[in-house]
Amino acid sequence: MSEVKRIATRQGYGEALAELGEEYKNLVVMDADLAESTKTIMFGKKFPERFFDCGIAEGNMVSMAAGLASTGKIVFASSFAMFATGRAYEQIRNSVGYPALNVKIAATHGGITVGEDGATHQCLEDVALMRNIPGMVVCVPSDVIEAKAAVRAAIEYEGPVFLRFGRSAVPVINDRPDYKFELGKGIVLKEGTDVTIIATGIVVESAMEAAKKLEAEGVSAEVINIHTIKPIDEELVIASAKKTGKVVTVEEHSVIGGLGSAVCDVICRYNPVPVLKIGVQDEFGTSASAAVLMKEYKLDADGVYEQVKAFL
Amino acid sequence: MNNLELQKIANEVRKGIIISTHAAKAGHPGGSMSAADIFTYLYFEEMQNIDPANPKNPDRDRFVLSKGHTAPGLYAALALKGFFPFEDLVKLRKLHSYLQGHPDMKATPGVDMSTGSLGQGISAAVGMALAARIDQKDYRVYTLLGDGEIEEGQVWEAAMYAGHKKVDNLVAIIDNNGLQIDGKIEDVCSPYPIDKKFEAFNWHVINADAHDFDSLRAAFAEAKTVKGMPTAIICKSVKGKGVSFMENQASWHGVAPNDEQYEKAMAELEKAGEELCQK
Repeated sequence: MSEVKRIATRQGYGEALAELGEEYKNLVVMDADLAESTKTIMFGKKFPERFFDCGIAEGNMVSMAAGLASTGKIVFASSFAMFATGRAYEQIRNSVGYPALNVKIAATHGGITVGEDGATHQCLEDVALMRNIPGMVVCVPSDVIEAKAAVRAAIEYEGPVFLRFGRSAVPVINDRPDYKFELGKGIVLKEGTDVTIIATGIVVESAMEAAKKLEAEGVSAEVINIHTIKPIDEELVIASAKKTGKVVTVEEHSVIGGLGSAVCDVICRYNPVPVLKIGVQDEFGTSASAAVLMKEYKLDADGVYEQVKAFL
Repeated sequence: MNNLELQKIANEVRKGIIISTHAAKAGHPGGSMSAADIFTYLYFEEMQNIDPANPKNPDRDRFVLSKGHTAPGLYAALALKGFFPFEDLVKLRKLHSYLQGHPDMKATPGVDMSTGSLGQGISAAVGMALAARIDQKDYRVYTLLGDGEIEEGQVWEAAMYAGHKKVDNLVAIIDNNGLQIDGKIEDVCSPYPIDKKFEAFNWHVINADAHDFDSLRAAFAEAKTVKGMPTAIICKSVKGKGVSFMENQASWHGVAPNDEQYEKAMAELEKAGEELCQK
């Protein structure tokens, strides 16, 4: 078997911006002194007149983004997920969300795979914060290919969007000719009949690997990639829950307010079945390498496998 | 427009503030009244390409009411400018009204930015001014802040960035009425010296009298000549200006006049208007 390519989703973000800057002359990108890390620097070097490094002032960046968007610009505002959505939450809600301006909050370094920097920088609440803002689209790509597709989709969509990218290199899982990205549409990666595993972001890969191990033991798991957590693909979630009767959600995020909650919102209304929410429980992260943390928080393939098995 | 004409309009703006907040039984008359002359000067003298028939003209000057709670003053000025009927001011804060408690750019014609959460409007104004630079347009952006509002840290983030980027198509007006909800600004959390602070952030600073159109005219004319830095016009003002019992009273920050107070306030403004007509 050939070596799996590993690329961080933030890399796809930076590359997509730099590419699409040619096509979209009204594309503007802002950063808060993390342009090298978020990869917005790739756009900044190519289009300096449409790139603003706002310094370490995320609230001001987001409200400035709103002002720029009010004149017809498509504005991407980037920082680490913690500061983009945490520090600037109220600016996003009031300056961007309420007037429904065309601002994309594109955050990198979401989740525990930030790694060694530890809990202050490992945002586990960003999806929960953004989901609550009326009209905000929330999208968490699973690999570099999906990341690039999501950036294009966010540009083509008029209105506020939250995009979450990761720091660490992760396997490329969507490199196939029939791959198609559509905002709000989940993707069935593997059909199954015994349990539905719904995952988002970089742990889609863990879910797939876990499903393979289950398959070897005679458990047929359906795996769904929900890259758009809001609006969530209700139809797909309900149909699969009806088919399998058991649902597991997997996310690199707190189990409070993220994908698991979004799925439960749908399921409890239309088709109540037991749901296991795999993610970070009600706790902060800690310092270690991304790989060690994925194991520690049971978000790697083995961790997901074990938890699904115990749930069945 | 000469000063007398501006004074007459400002008096009508003040009536609009009293009428709308009285009808709403809520709202912020104090800071709306202190800024009434500023709203008037901006919309009837200073700002270019403001056209009720073409409110989204991309070449228009922009105004961001960073102190969004004084929406009644902005609405009155916009109504008098022709964006919507003056009679509609009584719809302020009513259910599903297009005149929300704080400015809503999606709902109200002529409103360039939704504001209300203090400190955010000035940042949005900087963003608009930067957009003009990208598009090589020569429109100017004005934003009005309260002197209490500048206690918000975001104001200084915006000021730092605008100074750093030499955003010279931006004018921030500080309505320095000296009062915030909890009392005198120097007792609550003094932002003084305001002028020195903006200067330290690389702004050109002009001091003006908020209720003297000669002073405002000179200040805005000077701002237009400034290159390579944004301008802050610090306008000394009187909270509640124009109605005797509201003047310099922090208690009139966020309270609407009752029926009796409404009658008294309107009588004073009618009289002031008649006096202006005698001139």
